[in-house]
Amino acid sequence: MSLKQKIALAILGVAVAASLGAGYLAQSSYSEQFREAISVPPSARFWLGTDELGRDRFARLLYGTRVSLLLAPAAALLATIIAAVIGGAAGYLGGRWERLVTAGVDLFLSLPWLFLLLAVRALLPLNTSPVISVIITFLLLGCLGWAGPARLIRAGTRTLVNSDFLVQASASGISRWRLFWRHLLPNLRPILLAQFWVSIPLFILSEANLGLLGLGVSEPLPSWGSMLRELENYSAVLQNPWMLVPVILLVAVVGCLQLLLGTEERLSC
Amino acid sequence: MLSVLLRQARRILLTVLLGGLLGATLVRLGPGFGVDERELDNRLSAESQQSIRREHARENNVALFYVRYLGGFLRGDLGFSRSLNRPVAELLRQRLPLTLESLGYGVCGGAGLGLLLALLTVWWRAPGSALAPALLSGVCLAMPAAVIALLFLWMGAASRWAIALVVFPHVYRYAKNQLVATAQSPHVVAAEAKGLSSWRVLWAHVFTPAAPQLAALAGISVSLAFGASIPIEVICDTPGVGQLAWRAAMDRDLTLLVTITVLVALMTLVVNSLADLGLAAWKNSAPPADAGSAVA
Repeated sequence: MSLKQKIALAILGVAVAASLGAGYLAQSSYSEQFREAISVPPSARFWLGTDELGRDRFARLLYGTRVSLLLAPAAALLATIIAAVIGGAAGYLGGRWERLVTAGVDLFLSLPWLFLLLAVRALLPLNTSPVISVIITFLLLGCLGWAGPARLIRAGTRTLVNSDFLVQASASGISRWRLFWRHLLPNLRPILLAQFWVSIPLFILSEANLGLLGLGVSEPLPSWGSMLRELENYSAVLQNPWMLVPVILLVAVVGCLQLLLGTEERLSC
Repeated sequence: MLSVLLRQARRILLTVLLGGLLGATLVRLGPGFGVDERELDNRLSAESQQSIRREHARENNVALFYVRYLGGFLRGDLGFSRSLNRPVAELLRQRLPLTLESLGYGVCGGAGLGLLLALLTVWWRAPGSALAPALLSGVCLAMPAAVIALLFLWMGAASRWAIALVVFPHVYRYAKNQLVATAQSPHVVAAEAKGLSSWRVLWAHVFTPAAPQLAALAGISVSLAFGASIPIEVICDTPGVGQLAWRAAMDRDLTLLVTITVLVALMTLVVNSLADLGLAAWKNSAPPADAGSAVA
């Protein structure tokens, strides 16, 4: 692991730790409303001020970070696992399976990612509880985000299948199942790791875009997407930039760090 | 060449047809499909309400709906948008030019900026010279498209340039890697050793050989630009196809959603195929690698 990666991981670790310790760091819950302090600027009591419902922005930022930073990797893991199974099996088995998977991948990739996500998300129930909306949003990201990685994994598998050690293992009579799990998948690890890291910022951004379009995590549960939705009231934000500068900065910094990790991982594989 | 063209056309047609069917099936299976608020309107007579129900019943069988839709599509009839109460063809006629113009500006602007900065990075090899473009591309890549749109809205700039900022980092990163790899190849070192000017080396020996690979970015740029146009048009209230796609999805307007799906898939696949064909034609026409090194 390079020095840049270590620094990026350390900063991300601090952000994750702060979000996990939200209960201790924040003075109130993310949904508690202070009716006497509506839209107040940052102060000793409310470090990042309050929103138009009198909720502590700092508490909402910490809890929102927890939702976005912990669930995006979970969705990326799901997408990578689906991609590994589908792409790996297609590359390994070849023939009609490979053609079928390639057609499926082409179908998924023929539609812009955000359009696909938006269309499928809008078809699912919108008036659900906040927890269900979180699960639906991130499960959807995981289930729809496999196509791009699957294409790369299929190509990587095709290269590996023709390599000497696999041909030798196959010739020595090892079962196809064992060959796939014990010899092929472990050698695909660099590609899988790279795809996992690359997917995380993509999913964080997708959740933010969905949240801004009103299709993300339901209120009162905060996420970066739902917090950014306040940007719609741009005249208020323009007069009081403290309202959203912290969340925008956090999204940008975390996105950059994740990209850095993904890029380094991709370059090293 | 003709067989390649036919194969590509067949692949595009099959993918588009499957995409449309998938879109229709998803909408049909989605909860709340077929619910029409007009049925709650007490002013409508029993006959009118029956007529509304009959209208929905025709969409219940996805296969039948899709076959009927495709038949109409071939005759130039794209159906009727239930949510906007207007023919889909009319909606597209009004909105498509605006979105295509935005996509044109966005893709050209983003690709132009990305290529320019990538070329400057390769040309100006001073330590740290790549830092500023890398930072800019990293920030643009890490920002949701909707946030970029709002920043543009605040600044009073046209939203189409927001699309350019979404496309730019993808083009820059790919182009930079491609150009750096080409700049390290032996023929470039030989050209520099012969004393050619740095601009000539950059243009004739680095950019030109890498150009076909860079052209492959066209397909992904169009797809990215359309994806970005959805939140950007919604946030900026631009009456384009991106906003229409959002309305269709939110209102579960089957006819409109299927038409947009078919249209977008067709556009993406055609641009991708053109880029692939261009790359294949260039590979066929280029001299073999051995011949190039022999000349050098």
